[in-house]
Amino acid sequence: MSDHEYVPKSKFGKWFNDRLPLLSLASHLTDYPTPKNLNYWWTFGGILTFCLIIQIVTGLTLAMHYIAHADLAFESVEHIMRDVNYGWLIRYVHANGASMFFLAVYIHIFRSLFYGSYKSPREIIWIIGIIIYLLMMASAFMGYVLPWGQMSFWGATVITNIFSAIPFVGEGIVTWLWGGYSVGDPTLTRFFTLHYLIPFLILGLVVLHIWALHIPGNNNPIGIDVKKPSKDTVPFHPYIVIKDAFALLMFMIVFAFFVFYSPNILGHADNYIEANPMVTPAHIVPEWYLLPFYAILRSVPDKLMGVVAMLSAIFVLAALPWLDTSKIRSAVFRPLYKQFYWILVIDVLILGYVGAMPAEGIYLLIARVSTAYYFIHFLIILPVLGSKEKTIPLPLSIMEPVLKDSSNLSTIKNESLN
Amino acid sequence: MKNIFKITYLTILLLAATHQVKGAEKIELLKIDWSFKGLFGKFDRGSLQRGYQVYTEVCASCHSMKYLSYRNLSEKGGPEFSVEQVKAIAASFEVTDGPNDDGEMFERPAKLSDKFVMPYANVKEAQAANGGAYPPDMSVLAKARTGGVDYIYSVLLGYEDPPSGVTLDDGVYYNKYMYGNNIKMSQPLYHGSVEYNNGTEATKEQMAKDVATFLMWTAEPHLEARHKMGFKAILYLTILTILVYFSMKKIWSRIESEV
Repeated sequence: MSDHEYVPKSKFGKWFNDRLPLLSLASHLTDYPTPKNLNYWWTFGGILTFCLIIQIVTGLTLAMHYIAHADLAFESVEHIMRDVNYGWLIRYVHANGASMFFLAVYIHIFRSLFYGSYKSPREIIWIIGIIIYLLMMASAFMGYVLPWGQMSFWGATVITNIFSAIPFVGEGIVTWLWGGYSVGDPTLTRFFTLHYLIPFLILGLVVLHIWALHIPGNNNPIGIDVKKPSKDTVPFHPYIVIKDAFALLMFMIVFAFFVFYSPNILGHADNYIEANPMVTPAHIVPEWYLLPFYAILRSVPDKLMGVVAMLSAIFVLAALPWLDTSKIRSAVFRPLYKQFYWILVIDVLILGYVGAMPAEGIYLLIARVSTAYYFIHFLIILPVLGSKEKTIPLPLSIMEPVLKDSSNLSTIKNESLN
Repeated sequence: MKNIFKITYLTILLLAATHQVKGAEKIELLKIDWSFKGLFGKFDRGSLQRGYQVYTEVCASCHSMKYLSYRNLSEKGGPEFSVEQVKAIAASFEVTDGPNDDGEMFERPAKLSDKFVMPYANVKEAQAANGGAYPPDMSVLAKARTGGVDYIYSVLLGYEDPPSGVTLDDGVYYNKYMYGNNIKMSQPLYHGSVEYNNGTEATKEQMAKDVATFLMWTAEPHLEARHKMGFKAILYLTILTILVYFSMKKIWSRIESEV
């Protein structure tokens, strides 16, 4: 919280604020000192908030017309597409919004990885973020089941079957999840309920995420602590607000291209075929944003160990603040880490690619190597790098490199964007 | 039970694998210029109307269109027949209504608000009449196949004699664009299968194009509205982005002078 105490000017304002300090909160949010050197990778927090709100608003509207019943769900979605006023727009925004949400969250996560935003004193922010990400995956998966197309049905079958890998109780758990002996109407209704609930849990966690952020304040591309407020910071409003708005508008243009000109390109054609338990689609793939984890799951020959590997791939992220032993946050000053960072990015992209390919031959081999490297990066390279790496000396403040030599700042900016 | 799950799981993975291998040798679909592609893409009204004719005279005897109502045929962005024309079209179909005050079901001519009449009473009847294969509902078909309208167009024109060495079962035909090359539908379009009343020559290609266009519309009835709104939305966002960019520059200039 900022140091100065906010006092409302009006008498009523003071009376109200003494009882519920909403005005103090608003004042804190607008004055919140933010490092002035934040680049555009920092605008994705605001973009993600926008995505969440869009998903909730369009989702509520869709829920008014959707029918969660195995015999009626597909038809009700077609009803939305054809007869509900602007139903096609609402549904396409919601469906593509999920992909946009994940696109933004991946950029947000990889920005954290590059600039070491997960390190002390921001571990709790990071862990809350990982929980949000897990909930997003759960919600997106269940949302994809709701239109009750072929990919909905068979995707649900494959993913819920993962739980059958748990020893002794696995089969029981799967039956319990399904509410029957196969994916069916009870599965659909409970997925709908949970799909409706989870976004509000995410909303609550986002509040905690931002609250926890406002204790130490933002990290920045240089990764050093900034005194606040100081020459190194600007008030959140209007400086960061306008910059976030500009970035958000650019993001919305991309979003609009998907919604209006290729609304189905990120989906699968089979999901426009109504679910049929008697016919298995030729090729079952999850949505693109789950593919890296799907690749890890399939790269392990044993089913149980595959599930363990997949879950570990997410949970290893939660341990990241302690696995990365380097005291330097930003990759700008860590020449070796920077290289390993980009190898990790490529590794995850490869995992995503092989996740969409059959688990056999060369693809399986690539998946295995990439999976192994993923864990090596977090469990071996990062802990070792902390003590071995020779880092570049840090500037004393954000302003220092600027004041000494103005060409330095542009170097840093360029590097951080590369 | 345990085994069933395991087998399902393995089959799925196996199928996924084999599909991909087959996918690698897939041949290029026929491509033509569709008027509805692109930023300003619109349906060719004449093509939609002819496409509807092909659908009714050729496809509709086996393929249902269950999510469409007759009124859709006169709505904006579609074939845009006049309301009178569509009333006449609807009236040529009989639907079962009721029960009436005597508790009896009765037959009456279809109205604008009625859904397209189905060719078969149920899936089983459709299968029985088509050698076990269910002719898929055509309402969203253009979105339910990889390749979309190009795929439909290609399959309609892809019938040929099987290559030597390929023997086909009775009632199975060879189609070079169909997934797996085996199709249970006999070649539906021949030169002059329908007679267009505006003088357009009913070549196979023309009919295939018209009916594929029609199916794109049935799958995506608001496509024109979407393209129109998309252009406006993106134009609006672009202008706003530029304005916000200059506001941002102005606001940040207050402190950048200090830098």
